[in-house]
Amino acid sequence: MYEHLETAQNPTNLKRVVVEPVSRVEGHGKVTLLLDEDNKVQQARLHIVEFRGFERFIQGRPYWELPTLVQRLCGICPVSHHLAAAKAIDQLVGIDPHNLPVAAEKLRRLLHFGQVFQSHALHFFHLSSPDLLFGFESDISKRSIIAVIGAYPDLAVQGVKMRKYGQEVIRMISGKRVHGTSAVPGGMNKALTKAERDYLLQDIEQMIEWSVASVALIKKVHCSNLPFYDDFGTIRTNYLGLTKADGALELYHGGLRAKNAEGETLIDHVDYCQYNDYIHEEVRSWTYMKFPYLLSLGKENGWYRVGPLARVNNCDFINTPLAEAARVDFKAHTQETMVHSTLAFHWARLIETLHCAEGIKDLLNDPDILSHDLVATGEKRYEGVGVIEAPRGTLFHHYQVDENDIVTKANLIVSTTSNNQAMNESVRQVANEYLSGQELTEPLLNNLEVAIRAYDPCLSCATHAIGKMPLQLELVDANGQLIDQLVKHGNGEIERNFHG
Amino acid sequence: MVKPVLVFGYGNLSRGDDALGPLVLEYLEAECKLDQIDLLCDFQLQIEHALDLVGRELIIFVDASVACKASFHFNVLTPIQDLSYTTHAMSPNALLAVYQSIKAVPPPPSFLLSIQAEKFELGDDLSAKAQANLLEACVFAAQRLEEPSLPLWLDHVC
Repeated sequence: MYEHLETAQNPTNLKRVVVEPVSRVEGHGKVTLLLDEDNKVQQARLHIVEFRGFERFIQGRPYWELPTLVQRLCGICPVSHHLAAAKAIDQLVGIDPHNLPVAAEKLRRLLHFGQVFQSHALHFFHLSSPDLLFGFESDISKRSIIAVIGAYPDLAVQGVKMRKYGQEVIRMISGKRVHGTSAVPGGMNKALTKAERDYLLQDIEQMIEWSVASVALIKKVHCSNLPFYDDFGTIRTNYLGLTKADGALELYHGGLRAKNAEGETLIDHVDYCQYNDYIHEEVRSWTYMKFPYLLSLGKENGWYRVGPLARVNNCDFINTPLAEAARVDFKAHTQETMVHSTLAFHWARLIETLHCAEGIKDLLNDPDILSHDLVATGEKRYEGVGVIEAPRGTLFHHYQVDENDIVTKANLIVSTTSNNQAMNESVRQVANEYLSGQELTEPLLNNLEVAIRAYDPCLSCATHAIGKMPLQLELVDANGQLIDQLVKHGNGEIERNFHG
Repeated sequence: MVKPVLVFGYGNLSRGDDALGPLVLEYLEAECKLDQIDLLCDFQLQIEHALDLVGRELIIFVDASVACKASFHFNVLTPIQDLSYTTHAMSPNALLAVYQSIKAVPPPPSFLLSIQAEKFELGDDLSAKAQANLLEACVFAAQRLEEPSLPLWLDHVC
């Protein structure tokens, strides 16, 4: 591993390279590399600079506001926050998962499939495909979705329509594409009508067909240069996620399972309400982000990865046939029990996309989905925990309320936090393998972004502003003097300013 | 049948001045006749929004902007195949380019109403400056929507 590159021994004598922000990921990120006089990487860190204030935003609010309020934490996966909060709040009104009305649970699952489907489609077709289809070090003008549209017109249109379909699933259930309020304490607030169900059924076969094709495409891309894809940014880690009781892939509700790099089970079928007994979070001085780890393995060895790669690695099977066949194929491509390639996140993500499409079809054809028995009631409690597999990985919402139903304590562990250490490790691996001793160029620096993008991190949830998204690279000497600067503007134009 | 005019405000209501786009929509919903006007709100522009532009005759995008020097700015948009493809910072120009690419025809005439903004922290209220700018921008937008005509709107580009 590359832990020795987290903190340099004599940082004051090193040049500092700042990559800010990482482009084509959600929000603002910054990579700092400290180089010695021979341009050897002596320190590498991924800073996530705006990832804070979630708990402060929630505390002091009445609990029934939360399913709506928390959607504003993230513009990319508001449904995941909505459902994680709803699961926690079910407990505050005395409803455990097994007491939720059948139709309410199935509607939530359908909503969640729609969310994961559209989020994964967005990531692959619009964020990662330029890198994957044109190569990481190709001309910058080729590495954009516009270039993909030009070179692969059918693929680009499919991406737009898959994304749109997932949004339509959300809209039919929530009433809106964003900011909808469908989950309420103890259930759901609106049944799916037959007309809405039939509308969604119209295109589901097409969505499955395109999902199958996208899995075939990523397999072809990955296997066309297998040694490189299996090595780039690759780290051998533990993996954490939810699985069903029978070991199947699970996105909405299940027990916590963790496996180590050899595929040995570390924890299994753990009730997520007890997550505090198994997972702790470490604070480090140089970043706002915490570093979660498995308590049994300690801070040094207990960190883990979450998300599509973790889920597909951890599960015993997938309960939809096409995705299961794709999973078997995926696992067979390596001789190891676990797939550790960071770029295999893309392949796993598309297997899950296919699973979501199949799951949507199954649920739409389930008569329970039209039921109006949607809400259960119980006795008030003062603490609730909701956990869900969001597109980027396991998402924890934990609330305590007082006698006036006001939230007194909130703890959120979002998937990007869980992947924090792993992203840092991948950055160090790439920096060490691909940048050390070489001149800094845009294609080389894009390699760093490629490694980070594989995790699909959410670096600053749900904000944007015209004029705030340049990619800036700075070279600063040991005295703090800026001696070189490379700026990639929003229109892709590169500007270089020498100060030396 | 889609309505001929689309006003698309985007931003996050819980992130300070990022709320400006959605807040303009709230004003227009309360103050304008919407027989011929659709209002669309989202956190940010995404590629599938190209499909929401289909069949329109005039489009206004409304967004907060740290780059805006005046209280607000109203300008014509053209399709530009830029490389700003972050999911949080897709430009309206790029969205028009996506429309052009997938529909193989030029996009409808489109304008950007950008409103000067400065604070974007989670849980922030609107800044005092953004509040004042919002009022001016709302009045301006409502006036344009009273007469949805391309030549007239072009006269008000600033």
